[in-house]
Amino acid sequence: MDMNRTSAVAAKPVVPQDGDVGTTVPQVASPRPNVTPPVREKIRTEKLTVFYDGKEAIKSIDLSIPEGMVTAIIGPSGCGKSTFLRALNRMNELIPGTRTTGKVLVDGINIYDPAIDLPTLRKNVGMVWQRPNPFPKTIWENVAYGPKCLGVKSKAVLDDIVEKSLREAALWDEVKDRLHSSALALSGGQQQRLCIARALAVEPSVLLMDEPAASLDPISTTKIEDLMAELRGKYTLIIVTHNMQQAARVSDYTAFLLMGELVEFDVTERIFTRPKRKETEDYITGRFG
Amino acid sequence: MDDSLGQRGAQAPPSHTTGPGSTTRAPRTRRGKETWEYLALAATAIAAGAVFFIAAFVFWEGWPAFREVGFFEFVLGKVWSPTRGFYGILPIIAGTFAVTILTLILAIPVSVGTAVFLTEYSPEWASRIVRKAVDLLAGIPSVVYGLFGMTTLVPLIRRIELATVPQGAPSYLTVGYSVLSASVILAVMIAPTVISISCDALKSVPSEYREGSLGLGATRWQTVTKVILPVAAPGILAGIILGTGRAVGETMAVLMVAGNAPLFPKSVFTPVRTLTANIAAEIGYATGLHEHALFADGIALFFVVILLNSVALWFRRKALK
Amino acid sequence: MTRKRQELLGKGFLWFCAVVTVSSLLLVLAYVTLKGAPGVSWNFLTASPEDMGRKGGVFPAIVGTLFLVVLGIAIATPFGVGAGLYLAECVSRNSRLGEIFRFGIETLAAVPSIVFGLFGYALFVKALKPVTGGTTLLSGALTIALMILPILTRATEEAVRAVPVSYREASLALGATRGQTVFRVVLPAAAPGISSAVILGVGRIVGETAALLFTLGGSPLVPRSIFEPARTLAMHLYLVVLEVGAMDMGFATAFLLMVITLGLNLAVDAVSRGK
Ligand SMILES: Nc1ncnc2c1ncn2[C@@H]1O[C@H](COP(=O)(O)OP(=O)(O)O)[C@@H](O)[C@H]1O
Ligand SMILES: [Mg+2]
Repeated sequence: MDMNRTSAVAAKPVVPQDGDVGTTVPQVASPRPNVTPPVREKIRTEKLTVFYDGKEAIKSIDLSIPEGMVTAIIGPSGCGKSTFLRALNRMNELIPGTRTTGKVLVDGINIYDPAIDLPTLRKNVGMVWQRPNPFPKTIWENVAYGPKCLGVKSKAVLDDIVEKSLREAALWDEVKDRLHSSALALSGGQQQRLCIARALAVEPSVLLMDEPAASLDPISTTKIEDLMAELRGKYTLIIVTHNMQQAARVSDYTAFLLMGELVEFDVTERIFTRPKRKETEDYITGRFG
Repeated sequence: MDDSLGQRGAQAPPSHTTGPGSTTRAPRTRRGKETWEYLALAATAIAAGAVFFIAAFVFWEGWPAFREVGFFEFVLGKVWSPTRGFYGILPIIAGTFAVTILTLILAIPVSVGTAVFLTEYSPEWASRIVRKAVDLLAGIPSVVYGLFGMTTLVPLIRRIELATVPQGAPSYLTVGYSVLSASVILAVMIAPTVISISCDALKSVPSEYREGSLGLGATRWQTVTKVILPVAAPGILAGIILGTGRAVGETMAVLMVAGNAPLFPKSVFTPVRTLTANIAAEIGYATGLHEHALFADGIALFFVVILLNSVALWFRRKALK
Repeated sequence: MTRKRQELLGKGFLWFCAVVTVSSLLLVLAYVTLKGAPGVSWNFLTASPEDMGRKGGVFPAIVGTLFLVVLGIAIATPFGVGAGLYLAECVSRNSRLGEIFRFGIETLAAVPSIVFGLFGYALFVKALKPVTGGTTLLSGALTIALMILPILTRATEEAVRAVPVSYREASLALGATRGQTVFRVVLPAAAPGISSAVILGVGRIVGETAALLFTLGGSPLVPRSIFEPARTLAMHLYLVVLEVGAMDMGFATAFLLMVITLGLNLAVDAVSRGK
């Protein structure tokens, strides 16, 4: 496990900036200060608490997620990573018996405000699940689904969106000749990239990914990770993973959750090299679960 | 119970469990069957064989009608009037068809809508009420539906007929007993079947599809119409077909409200007779060829219903895969 | 935004459907209660029909219904439970034999009740007249027993399958034979499911008319043996309404039938809650 630590840091493609980061983003000392412009806060949670049937799954989480960055949520199984992620586009509400308190501000607007239009929110905050879940339709229809729902009717426009999204998800070359065959015939890794393309097609600004590579083989996993690096900057990515090397490889910031509580949030490099909290250190060094 | 089992086990002589080869014995080994298994097999054979026996009997009794009247004269004959020696069930087939189609037109939207409501939209309190209502609707005896239809629906439809049917039209068009009356009652009667089977189909749609669609910013309605209904379609179709079978096979309520005239349905206000009602209305006094003809009517009914049922089972199996 | 309007319209339509479903039940319940409840008196329950059913009560029909229920269930249960048990315990889920048996039983479930009536009339009433005595309680019970067989079989199979494998293994591992295991462990554990199916079967018998019209005889007298004709409440309703035109009597009978149906429904709930 110690190896992971060093290799994780070494494999990290971009060292996150600091210095001029917004006041809400943790201040950290970085070996390469000021290489990127100031970071704006994209999402901020305030005392975010989610209950399942009256039981707290995440407890009063305050977190500030920077725009255009990759933020990883790590922690042992059952610590509330998915719950936290699903709170950011109000997906938890689909499960009967959930209750959410506190605030989630996306671009400064509380999404738990009763006046919020859920479809608009979810269009803006896209999501990719652990198990690829393409619809039992063709590849083209999968990608065009979101834009169609938003009212795009022109076939030509949809064709453009499909191509652009599939290219963005690095899937275009593999499927361009069979856009009209069933999405279910694709491999698991391709299905997952299709789901990413499908999410990108509605032009979200945030993409939530819940263990997007957990059910995939190593090669597909690499492709997904490369894709995350590509999407970084244009989208705010929040990924849940229980694979620490992955968090270290792809993310700029990392939040560590334990039993529903936010233990530590910092620049990824710091989390993996000089964690402030004992629990974090225990977890990343493998002394825990 | 655990205790008593434990004690019995402890007291039981271990001899037969330590016999040679006994440790590799699977619980379902084919060693000698026990008596109860033969009895259970006999019960199964009787239960499963009954339908073939019933079919054989009805065929046996109905066959002479085909022989004496002629198959095509029977099925395509336009006049049913046993007292005058006419045994054509085409008007009755047409009546059954008209009633069934109109029933489906009335029942499908509301029943499937109710099923979607229950699985996709309903708050918990409303689900409880609607589920209970569906349960109870299924339990009401058909004669009660019939009586209700005769005393509420038929007069209402008679009034509509009097207001809309042109002067000089045949008087049977203003009696209220009609295709429409039968269909409205049948639509209520088959609703529980369609609703509960559609609900099963909708519930078996993986929630990943639902989340996937909502997560892209689709509205609930878009999610339902574009993703969930298409996926659940085979199962819902199975429910509709089973409901159709119930509509075709229902006797008493139709007998009480459809008017029982073996006329060709020209409008929803025509009184008609269905395959089931024809049997119920006449077998009490039928003898000879007339009786055989009613069994032949039963054959037709049997065929239609079994066919519908097999198609429904097929769709259901497909839906489960 | 049109998407929002569409969503609202869709939601409205679905609520409308649910309301239509619930109100059709309420309408029937309310109307039958309103018209029928006043006619139900002690005399109505305990007197015999007079003047073809225009006056008097329904006592013979109550007795007939009871007899038919007891007899029909008694005939059907051993076969239904036996078959369900066999399908669940003795053939594997996808075996050829199981498929054929299940197809037969599913198909039996789809046969319209009037066809059961035809069959019962041809076999029990006419062919077996020396045994059954023609249109009698026995003929009616045999006919209706066939009809409820699939309900019992299916429910038994489901209930038996739902018994955890660990129960069976525990019993077998203690040296019990398969028979002992099935009758002392599996069937008791499946009892609630089987009981609710029996109650459903009772409901079917109480509500059935078409299969009985020409097998049960429709006698307005209290049956004293299974070789006498009888009538059930549902048949009585049909006969007084259509052949006599005594609507008030029909409604009172309908009200009684509905009370019984509701009671049976509550009983099913109680049994399955007791699981
Ligand atoms: N649908 C649910 N109903 C009840 N409890 C749930 C549900 N989903 C998750 N939980 C509970 O909430 C806690 C957090 O779950 P989750 O967010 O899925 O964790 P993670 O994604 O980190 O593995 C767990 O203790 C889990 O048991
Ligand atoms: Mg998770």
